[in-house]
Amino acid sequence: MASLLALSGFWLTGCGDRQWNDPHPEGESAGNVIYNSFSGRPKHLDPVRAYSADESRFIDQIYDPPLQYHYLKRPYELEPNTLTKMPTITYTDHDGNPVDEDAPELAFSVYELEIKSGIRYQPHPAFATDANGRPLYRFDSAEDSARYRTLDDFTETGTRELISDDYIYQLKRMADPKNLSPIRGLMTPFIVGMKEFADIAAEARKQLPSPQKDWLDLDQFELKGVQKLDDYRYQIKTNGKYPQFKYWLAFHFFAPVPSLVDEFYHQPGLADRNIVIDWHPVGTGPFMMTRIDPNEAIVLERNPNYREDFYPTEGEEGDRERGYLDDAGKPLPLLDKAVYRLEKEAIPRWTKFLQGYYDRSGIGNDSFDQAVSIGPDGTRLTPELVDMGISLEVVVQPGTYYLGFNMLDPVVGAQPRPGEESQADPEALAIAQERARKLRQAIAIAYSEEESISIFSNGRGEVANGPIPPGIFGYQSGEQGLNPYVYDWVIGADGVGRPERKSIEEAKRLLAEAGYPEGRNAETGEPLVLNLDTPTGGGATSARQLWMIKQFKKLGIQLNIRGSDYNRFKDKMKKGNAQIFQWGWLADYPDAENFLFLLISTNGQVVTKGAGVNSSNFSHPEYDALFDQMKLMPDSPERMAVIQRMLDIYHRELPWASAWHPHSYVLNNPWVRNAKDHGISKAVLKFMAIDTDARAEAQNQRNHPILWPLWIVFLIVIGLMVPGYRAYRQRQMVRVITGETGGMY
Amino acid sequence: MLAYIIRRLLYAIPILVGVNLLTFALFFMVNSPDQMALVQLGDKHIDPEAVEQWKAQRGYDKPLFVNDREDSEGLLTDTIFYDKSVRLFALDFGKSDEGRDIGDDIQQRMWPSLAVALPSFAVGLMVNVTLALFIVMFRASIFDTAAMVACVVLMSISGVFYVFAGQYFFAKLWSLVPISGFLGGVDAIRFLILPVLIGVVAGIGSGTRLYRTLFLEEANRDYVRTARAKGVPELTTLFRHILPNGLIPILTSVVVVIPSLFMGSLLVESFFGIPGLGSYTLDAIQSQDFAIVRSMVFLGSVLYIIGLILTDISYTLVDPRVRLS
Repeated sequence: MASLLALSGFWLTGCGDRQWNDPHPEGESAGNVIYNSFSGRPKHLDPVRAYSADESRFIDQIYDPPLQYHYLKRPYELEPNTLTKMPTITYTDHDGNPVDEDAPELAFSVYELEIKSGIRYQPHPAFATDANGRPLYRFDSAEDSARYRTLDDFTETGTRELISDDYIYQLKRMADPKNLSPIRGLMTPFIVGMKEFADIAAEARKQLPSPQKDWLDLDQFELKGVQKLDDYRYQIKTNGKYPQFKYWLAFHFFAPVPSLVDEFYHQPGLADRNIVIDWHPVGTGPFMMTRIDPNEAIVLERNPNYREDFYPTEGEEGDRERGYLDDAGKPLPLLDKAVYRLEKEAIPRWTKFLQGYYDRSGIGNDSFDQAVSIGPDGTRLTPELVDMGISLEVVVQPGTYYLGFNMLDPVVGAQPRPGEESQADPEALAIAQERARKLRQAIAIAYSEEESISIFSNGRGEVANGPIPPGIFGYQSGEQGLNPYVYDWVIGADGVGRPERKSIEEAKRLLAEAGYPEGRNAETGEPLVLNLDTPTGGGATSARQLWMIKQFKKLGIQLNIRGSDYNRFKDKMKKGNAQIFQWGWLADYPDAENFLFLLISTNGQVVTKGAGVNSSNFSHPEYDALFDQMKLMPDSPERMAVIQRMLDIYHRELPWASAWHPHSYVLNNPWVRNAKDHGISKAVLKFMAIDTDARAEAQNQRNHPILWPLWIVFLIVIGLMVPGYRAYRQRQMVRVITGETGGMY
Repeated sequence: MLAYIIRRLLYAIPILVGVNLLTFALFFMVNSPDQMALVQLGDKHIDPEAVEQWKAQRGYDKPLFVNDREDSEGLLTDTIFYDKSVRLFALDFGKSDEGRDIGDDIQQRMWPSLAVALPSFAVGLMVNVTLALFIVMFRASIFDTAAMVACVVLMSISGVFYVFAGQYFFAKLWSLVPISGFLGGVDAIRFLILPVLIGVVAGIGSGTRLYRTLFLEEANRDYVRTARAKGVPELTTLFRHILPNGLIPILTSVVVVIPSLFMGSLLVESFFGIPGLGSYTLDAIQSQDFAIVRSMVFLGSVLYIIGLILTDISYTLVDPRVRLS
């Protein structure tokens, strides 16, 4: 049966020359196409709304923000993307008079951006015009647009040049509350006039006739902080000084969207067929989305109108030797097409990579041992993968995961809750905080992050001595970066210094000083029970949680796992009711400010009602003051000194028991070129290249169909049928014979 | 019969209201609109104002069941429950919490579901009936015992095991079919072979045992004994006499399933990456998209009721003694 079913399939589909298990349409992979998978479907593709990596990996190939990151250089470096040069920044006082950047009267920063001329949008029906130059597709009612079921039904397309109005319009979209931009709240204090614009837009929306006609031309309202100078130049005015603003200019939030396109998608009836800007991006970038089915596949194809853009001619040290500069100076993009298929399950994803049907892959925990071995000489690929020519790229991710304490908890933090500071007795508070601090230090010593990384992440990470990961200014390695409250710097017999975790006896001493000798309350004699709040549900305790219980047990502390669903967990965090928890942060941009702000008091989860990123609700006036100073400084030895003082506070106070920076392991099949992992930018597809002949050859070698099992199944079926038939015949031949005794035979 | 069908359809209304009420209550027992907003808006930089905006845009800013700020008319109608439920009865599913049109999504995703479910159902039924008949033919023999043991073994194996084993052997080791995925048109066949095969094999144990029992009951009836006594060959007895009469209970158990086929299979669609309604529902549950969950539960209930009505009608078709009144 299996044989027949399988063979019938092959015959029906004419699998003559191609591989039988090829998951791609016939002939497609012979083209200049890269294949990849995605496991989390994007929720939004509107550049004003999308934020997650699952979304950025698609739209960052389509939308062109003013700036971009240099693909090869490290540390990360910004460079013009659609701009002729980096933005010029001038500082003014309240009256608009230029002032020095350090002047106390500085009130505004004015960014002037100049766009390259001649940049054109991808072909799109929104730009199609009739003989009179008016938009071709305009509908007064849902009935008028009813025959357009998909975007492909709009047969006519057009294009137009990118102008500064498009960037300005996108900033207005960001300010419009209806669009729910995740960075609107973040940008409102900075971009002049955003709050006023939001109020005006919200009021104007209330006057719209009906939900069917929800088109609101935002261009009719002024956004004070954003001014057009001419078709190629515009200004953004920010309150005060915000040096990190330049990094936001490399985000798709600041990419251009013409009002023409927004209006096109807001025509009656189109949203009912999911023809919306949230699913059909329109940009000037190297690729355009030609198929969007987030439940099956997403296809990007080369934008035929893409501007002149070239592969970088310089990189960091060693890039030339690693072949990253082999395509230097070539016009971009190097690929014609990128196909992303939805793969929710790890096994099919991994199998297709090994079969050569996906060009790149990460490594799941299930397949880690099959891919990588970690020995005394470091990480290396298994011989099987080496034989296949697969290469491994290991990069430290610009992110930090941590085991945090809720500093508002009376046992582990003893910080007064916001608004209750004045009610606390200062003396009692100081004692409680000192006890809590020693308790945190004791736990930090006992909790072996090295072991956790080794067991649960297959060694894919490194211990963090602070929020800032390697590769970001402010990170310090070696003895300089060490937390002296948790580690000692020990010189080994080989003369090389290395960190050594303080002894468990030292941790027990601190615990006793905290008032919990041997893990019991010195006054009541009751055991110390701490709670780990986790969003993993109330089911069986996981291996990781059992391991964590063991870590706390080293000190005689009982760790209770309080599992709840994700919503309740978030609610606990928002209200400051958790005690110990695990959390993480991936950088928005490569600046120490984007990590150190994880611990400033104004970012506390409770004080911001869940909006802040300081999950520990850590509040330290000196840390806050140093942060305000540090965020305005350029990278310099002075800034490093301030950061070091902030890290000293972190080391002593330990709002996080432990932290680690994840390593990204990416495997590339041998025919993939220029796949250099970029920790921050997702706009990297245009640099990648594929050797299609090598891929076709490898796919042939790796996927020979094996037919003998089908024959065996066939023979088994025949083998069962023959005796079955004989038994049937035998039964048919049975005769009813009446014997002398009257019985039947 | 028409009066009967109309009456049954009218009975369906309170059932559907009840199902909807239950779904609604269960969902909001574990999720609040604020939590739904946070899931949809993401983890980073989400301020309370954005949460309020999200709720207002989707109508989750109203009370759940009773709006005591409204007068008598709006007391029950200006609520989330009323807003989200009434349109369902016109099969207007509205927008998902992500903003996509659910009706449009269902129209697109029902075809891949049907592409897997229909052949699995048809081939599975054929295989199970055939095997059951052959086992009945060798009833009370060692073959019968062996077949029943095999059926119990097949039933005892988890469906996930069949999926993993099928993918490992057929797709990975022997390179005979794609391990997962889906393409439209004729290409779809290559992707359907393995899920359909697994669907059929996974159902053999329970299906064959059930049908064997039904056929055995028929095989012991007087008309069968008479046929045998007249010397009718065993195969003719099986296929011409036992099968048609045994089909009556089979038909009733099968017809009820048919309308639900297009709801898809959660397991098969998820593991094989088939973009059908099964994985649509699963994704919605995971992402707490109440609009989709509510729509799919409602649709499932409607189809189940249709299945039950069709079953009643099929009784009258296969058994002339039955009349609907």
